[in-house]
Amino acid sequence: MDRGSGGKVDRGGSQDASLGFRLGLGVLLLALLGGLGLAVLSLPAQAPGLAPAVGARMAQSGVEHQVTAVLLNFRAYDTLLELAVLLLALLGVWSLAPAPRGDDSAPGPVLATLGRLLAPLMILMAGYLLWVGAQAPGGAFQAGAVLGAAGVLARLSGCRLPVRLAGWPLRLTLVLGVLVFAVIGVGVIPLGGSLLAYPPAWAGGLILVIETAATLSIAALLTALFLGGRP
Amino acid sequence: MTQATLYALTGLGLVGLGLYALIVRAHLLRKVLAFNVIGSGVFLVLIGLARRTPAGAPDPVPQAMVLTGIVVAVAATALAVVLMLRLRAATGRITLDDSPGD
Repeated sequence: MDRGSGGKVDRGGSQDASLGFRLGLGVLLLALLGGLGLAVLSLPAQAPGLAPAVGARMAQSGVEHQVTAVLLNFRAYDTLLELAVLLLALLGVWSLAPAPRGDDSAPGPVLATLGRLLAPLMILMAGYLLWVGAQAPGGAFQAGAVLGAAGVLARLSGCRLPVRLAGWPLRLTLVLGVLVFAVIGVGVIPLGGSLLAYPPAWAGGLILVIETAATLSIAALLTALFLGGRP
Repeated sequence: MTQATLYALTGLGLVGLGLYALIVRAHLLRKVLAFNVIGSGVFLVLIGLARRTPAGAPDPVPQAMVLTGIVVAVAATALAVVLMLRLRAATGRITLDDSPGD
């Protein structure tokens, strides 16, 4: 349904693949999926995976929830690099374009009220998720996602970051997660013998510090990605 | 068929749908969406198969991988959309032109 906005922009519909190509591709994909499906069906119905290995070392992890222990302790390397990937994605976005001006007109009454009602609840929820991650599903990523959504909602309701915060305070928040994670990871080398090997006695506290920094960074990164350009 | 295999097969179906759209559709936003559908399918396969533990509680390692994967997927999608907008601003096109010599 091209409504012809100027007529110059090609919407791509005319360049979609031809019918014969689609049929051939469909057959190939069905063969591929059939093979993968057979592979899935031939897997044993029960497999412990790595659950026993994780369970055996929970006492050293500093937290009581297995997923949090894997994320922030056993496979902390992954999580550190993953935060770095988020930062790289934002650098890519910032290097491509300045942020679009955006719509500064006053939001409708529904959006404005919703923003006022939901934003405090979302901040509270993020704090709860961050804290509860030690014993139950939750943690830095969930809390960061909720806090990031609060930031997106605030932007949609017409809030802008004050200019005095858009310089180094914003950049510091963006790198805080990677920075704290890396500093702690390197700092425990003399104590634990290797990178990110926290001493079991301190692990709980260190994980909470890392998660708090990561939550703030993830929220800031997600909101900044939503803005779509260098502020 | 157990619940775990049902979820995994559904995930495979999503991967197939996404792969088809990624190849057939020329519009870049559709390609980005197709890429996300593929990613969701992969996540569903991982989470589904993680349920096969005898103890009942799912294997935490695939869960942790998917958790980080979701956030990376969001970031990659944002980067892809901004690249797409730049392409459109620079050339006026919203598709990749693969004709030689253009």
